[in-house]
Amino acid sequence: MKEERLLTYGDAINEGHRIALRNDPACFVIGQGVNNPWFVGRTTTGLMEEFGPMRIMDSPVSEAAMTGACIGAAMAGMKPIVFHPRMDFMYLTLDQVVNHCASWHYMFNGKVNVPVVIRGIVNRGGEQGAQHSQSPFGVYANIPGLKVVAPATPKDAKGLLIAAVNDPDPVIYIDDRWLYDSVGDVPEGDYETPIGKANVLKTGTDVTVVAASFMVKEAMKAAAELESEGVSCEVVDLRTLKPVDMDTVNTSVAKTGRAVVSIAEWAFASVTDSVTKGIYEANFGRLKSPVRTVTLPDCPAPASKSLEAAYYIYAKDIVKAVKETFR
Amino acid sequence: MRQIHVPTLPVLENVLGLSDEIVKNMLARMVLIRTAEEHIAQSVLEKQVFTPCHLYIGQEADAVGVCQALRDTDYVFSTHRSHGHFLAKGGKIEDLFAEIYCRETGCSGGRGGSMHLCDPKIGLLGSSSIVAGCLGIGLGPAFKSKLMGLDNVSVIFHGDCVPEEGVWHEALNFAAVKKLPVIFVCENNLYAASAALADRRVDDNIFEVAAAHGLPTEIVDGNDIFAVHKAATEAVQRARNGEGPQYIETRTYRWLGHVGPFDNIKEGLRDINELNFWKERCPIRNLERKLIETGVMTEQETEALHERTRKIVEDAQAKAVAASKPAPETLLHNVYRREV
Repeated sequence: MKEERLLTYGDAINEGHRIALRNDPACFVIGQGVNNPWFVGRTTTGLMEEFGPMRIMDSPVSEAAMTGACIGAAMAGMKPIVFHPRMDFMYLTLDQVVNHCASWHYMFNGKVNVPVVIRGIVNRGGEQGAQHSQSPFGVYANIPGLKVVAPATPKDAKGLLIAAVNDPDPVIYIDDRWLYDSVGDVPEGDYETPIGKANVLKTGTDVTVVAASFMVKEAMKAAAELESEGVSCEVVDLRTLKPVDMDTVNTSVAKTGRAVVSIAEWAFASVTDSVTKGIYEANFGRLKSPVRTVTLPDCPAPASKSLEAAYYIYAKDIVKAVKETFR
Repeated sequence: MRQIHVPTLPVLENVLGLSDEIVKNMLARMVLIRTAEEHIAQSVLEKQVFTPCHLYIGQEADAVGVCQALRDTDYVFSTHRSHGHFLAKGGKIEDLFAEIYCRETGCSGGRGGSMHLCDPKIGLLGSSSIVAGCLGIGLGPAFKSKLMGLDNVSVIFHGDCVPEEGVWHEALNFAAVKKLPVIFVCENNLYAASAALADRRVDDNIFEVAAAHGLPTEIVDGNDIFAVHKAATEAVQRARNGEGPQYIETRTYRWLGHVGPFDNIKEGLRDINELNFWKERCPIRNLERKLIETGVMTEQETEALHERTRKIVEDAQAKAVAASKPAPETLLHNVYRREV
């Protein structure tokens, strides 16, 4: 068997950038703090040295103009990766992204496509409070014309970034700083993680845990803990949030008859709720218990550590929800 | 507010020494836009057209004067008031009418409507009905030129309300910092829908604020096609030479209301004397007079041009009327280039 090549999630994103930039001279990277480890970790470290200042750029603090410029460059055939070190600031770009980027291919009947990658980093915790902590997956997943990916593993962090750059449509790529030091097997060289395909990370027989991004890691921890208590969990990593792969989810739930859905987002009008609806529609008569969800409480992110501990969700919350499906 | 830059009658001096043929072509294109808009207004009155039409009558010299300075490979971004820019950049009249009738043969396949026109073959990557929407995306092709060492420029047409939006400032600064070959063209027709400039700004100073962002800036008589064309030609030249973004403000006026076929005088939104003042400065009629005076054209030739243009427009309109509407089963087509 081939030896594993271990890489952190952050370094895997970095490697994904390098492959995409080497593959296509039309690919470039722009964002605030491109060389700043406090903004982007190591995910873009060293790119400037390899690819030069014409392809790896810092930006004025103008989220809308910068993102708009990349959307327009993509309309003209470029392959931009524009990143936002905190997703909270992406709200400043919503007109460019929703009214323009997402609508363009449809509004002009397929004449112009927009192969841009808009990378949002979830950067929360550390008493940063409401405006430096958000992960609005559902905001983007709600918009026709956008594809939304959120890798959980180092392998997919690299493979989904390469797939996003190669995709002819706009892709919102969301990575989470809480995963940057996660280590996993990452293949060398050029490969894609297919957009629109979920992944069964662990097989099991009693209950399906559907998760995305950081909550996949927590779901795997929860599954290990539950395994020791005699509960066999199947863990489905959504990987793509739009279009979401309900076939893989429903195949699993059809087998287990129980489901927990967990994404670190607000629940109302969310990806979590849409996936839950999809599970009910396909499995109504088969379900052995109601579907449980594990999401963020319905309030802005607090600052104080005591409140953060009550706000954020972890493996223990998934364990609790799984147990509820056996009541 | 300072009362500045209210033009006298257009000077119409052929300062760049354009050939008679080029000048006649520019006139013909303005007449095409005017005639198309008049026919569209009539179709709206007759309830044949429902898509909201923001008509360009009175501003023709801006689109034609600027686009005459461009190559086919240069890019143009436009607004909700986009018919003039589409035709000036070389879009086909049939494609425009079919879109305004929301037919499947329209330039946007009936998915865009009057405000959302597109033709990549002529460098029009799209028009946006969100005020200031193209200020961001319009930077894109210029960004490409800069990064790939190309010499295409990008023109972003916008109205005088756009400098009231934050992204206008972002875009000017971004373009200046990155030295992008982009030409911002502000067609200042003095109104944002029904709100007059004086109710929206403390001063008549759009061009000055643009200059404060570090852009070479010029304000010109938007009813004088030679003046507009000269400013555009020089700005395009500087942008192509790597001198970064440029800003042109044209002082113009739309003869009709913000949207639709009426002039909104009786609703009290504008003053009839003001409208008449600007009609005297008609960019087309004054140019025709000048060309007749200087012996470039005869009165009969200008009349023949209008007649010929009317036939072209009516032919395009008839084709649009006869064309099919998009089939309902195509509703979900083209949300994505690559479906998953």
